[in-house]
Amino acid sequence: MAEKKLRQIAIYGKGGIGKSTTTQNTVAGLASLGKRILIIGCDPKADSTRLILHAKAQDTVMDKVRELGTVEDLELEDVCKRGYGDVMCVESGGPEPGVGCAGRGVITAINFLEEEGAYTPDLDYVFYDVLGDVVCGGFAMPIRENKAQEIYIVVSGEMMAMYAANNICKGICKYAASGSVRLAGLICNSRETDREADLIEALAARLGTQMIHFVPRDNQVQRAELRRMTVIEYSPEHKQAAEYRALAQKIVDNKKFVVPTPLEMEDLEDLLMEFGIMEAEDESIVGVAENA
Amino acid sequence: MAERKPIAGVTIEKTEKMIADTLAEMPEKAAKKRAPHLGANEPSASPCAVKSNKKVVPGIMSQRGCAYAGAKGVVWGPIRDMIHVSHGPVGCGVYSWGTRRNLMQGIPGVTSFPMDFTSDFQERDIVYGGDLKLEKLLREADELFPLNKGMSVLSECPVGLIGDDINAVAKKMENELDKLVVPCNCEGFRGVSQSFGHHISNDSIRDHIIGKFKFKEEAGPYDVALIGDYNIGGDVWAAKPILEEIGLNVKSVWTGDGEVEKIAATHSVKLNLIHCYRSMNYMCKVMEEKWNIPWLEYNFFGPTKIEESLRAIGEQFDDKIRKNVEKVIKKYKPVMKEVTDEYKPRLEGKTAMLFVGGLRPRHTIGAYEDLGIQITGAGYEFAHQDDYDRTAPEMAKGTLIYDDVSEFELEKFVEELKPDLVGSGIKEKYVFQKAGIPFRQMHSWDYSGPYHGYEGFKIFARDIDMAINSPTWGLVKSPF
Repeated sequence: MAEKKLRQIAIYGKGGIGKSTTTQNTVAGLASLGKRILIIGCDPKADSTRLILHAKAQDTVMDKVRELGTVEDLELEDVCKRGYGDVMCVESGGPEPGVGCAGRGVITAINFLEEEGAYTPDLDYVFYDVLGDVVCGGFAMPIRENKAQEIYIVVSGEMMAMYAANNICKGICKYAASGSVRLAGLICNSRETDREADLIEALAARLGTQMIHFVPRDNQVQRAELRRMTVIEYSPEHKQAAEYRALAQKIVDNKKFVVPTPLEMEDLEDLLMEFGIMEAEDESIVGVAENA
Repeated sequence: MAERKPIAGVTIEKTEKMIADTLAEMPEKAAKKRAPHLGANEPSASPCAVKSNKKVVPGIMSQRGCAYAGAKGVVWGPIRDMIHVSHGPVGCGVYSWGTRRNLMQGIPGVTSFPMDFTSDFQERDIVYGGDLKLEKLLREADELFPLNKGMSVLSECPVGLIGDDINAVAKKMENELDKLVVPCNCEGFRGVSQSFGHHISNDSIRDHIIGKFKFKEEAGPYDVALIGDYNIGGDVWAAKPILEEIGLNVKSVWTGDGEVEKIAATHSVKLNLIHCYRSMNYMCKVMEEKWNIPWLEYNFFGPTKIEESLRAIGEQFDDKIRKNVEKVIKKYKPVMKEVTDEYKPRLEGKTAMLFVGGLRPRHTIGAYEDLGIQITGAGYEFAHQDDYDRTAPEMAKGTLIYDDVSEFELEKFVEELKPDLVGSGIKEKYVFQKAGIPFRQMHSWDYSGPYHGYEGFKIFARDIDMAINSPTWGLVKSPF
């Protein structure tokens, strides 16, 4: 049998866009296709694996390190759990907002997993579910050389989500210049804004990539989440489960990996105006008070 | 190996009581944590019962260093033809500058670079990242010192926090400058002691150096590398000639007075001879697995151990080398006898206690014994289980073993055991000297050395005699 080639994938996107939900549903979709997957949550909130594990909160790498005092005393079994579809789950964890260094938590966790051999040869995919804002170098750890080579950005038709996607592309360019990381596509997690699919298609084209899938909004996702499950597991026959399976299959077949061409702020705003999301600025009223 | 002869007054029961009394004075939680790290020696016990390589117990005053110290101070600093960059704020670079007395030959700035290179991080570099500054630094350093054979980039703590990717910068600059640029992620907070810095550095050598060069000369049957000798006070210069005298061809030295391209070519030697096992065993194992190069631990402290080691080395080769070994041993016997004849009468029956890094306590025991001195207590700052396992048979039954000993514990043990000499680090030196106890600083040979090899033993014997039998002690009245 030919040796499997491990594909390492990082999911980025604006905070609250639904990265963790999309990641877990997609991973469940891949698992239902028979793929072996490891999810690494790279967010101190540690909510990247709950739907796979049916758990409120998994013991994170950093939680255990804090308890034991050093990384050296930590064992892989303490932090790597098996969930739905034999998906392996790890959360890096980290401090509550306002203290310590969450970025280092990500670096420590990934180093630990590599050293302890969490990347077993039977794996087909590693998914890094990364905190929305790449606030420091630590959150870029998953896309350093020899780590994730494919990046998917979760986006919606909302203005800030697209700003964030464009900024993430700038970050990818920096790492793509020296390494092999590439943008693999935009995943549109619909917010039911006007002409959303067209807009994201257009944005993707400008960025030199593709909208790999348009995930429609469906409350079935939330119903499944209430039971800490993915739609794939909760209601495999539901049409939303079919959407995630379709996305999973597209990722399996995806060959389009590019160095993105991020937009200048002006071009991005032009695009938004073209789709009526933003109004043209009237310079004559800037700085003029209501009663002036 | 024959068991050490018992030391008068030393029994397992007495030692265990001394440990219990010492622990009794500590807070309950600290005592509980420290207890497994202290023990009475059982020479035949395998593995040694003392626990090691654990996080320091807060508040007990440890002597340990950090991963950066282990990387810069021990492994990288001694390589003479590389520029070593301390990447981060200025302090780590400055305070590790030339402090370990790893001597090097060459002309500073031309063939050796014993200067302090640092990226001197400011607020701006923390906020915006220091990648570009590092690139610029490497470029400028290479312009200023174009004869360097490579550069090491040693991460200080903040680099690991802001997540700067020194590996990517090193790769880019290695291509641009067309010479070795080696990243070492040795942030001080990694690991429980400097020991992890050694390990990280070994990994950097494995990933970025070894195998990248070849020796200019043809390979020969007597090619060896000298691993884990850092040329403290000139140790390499006392050890290497002995190996050459027995007919071996020392192709590279890791890393005392070392040359990086020779280190990079070491994968073609026939045998690796390792002195400091703790800091370099990792690479010996890598070379064994990848290139089938066997490795042998040896000990060049004191004539007894030198002879033992030379014969063991001879066993790895043919009759020619074995004959040379006997010739060399015979040649130096009278020289060594002169030394022991002079000093042993004054030192016979004395006792010493040792507390050093990860190798020397067990490795120097033979040298003390050659002078008639017995070791009543020994321990390490950062040793692991395998080091303690190698220590137990070198110590007499019931002697005291202490791991990562605290100031309080060590003072108490010294007070109880009343050794004639304490051999440890600079932080202990003045404590014990003020208590009227002779002391030698055994990390950097107390501004003396070399202590390795036949030449080294002469100096060692002189220094130990000077410390113990100095007339000064008769003039000091200790309040203790």
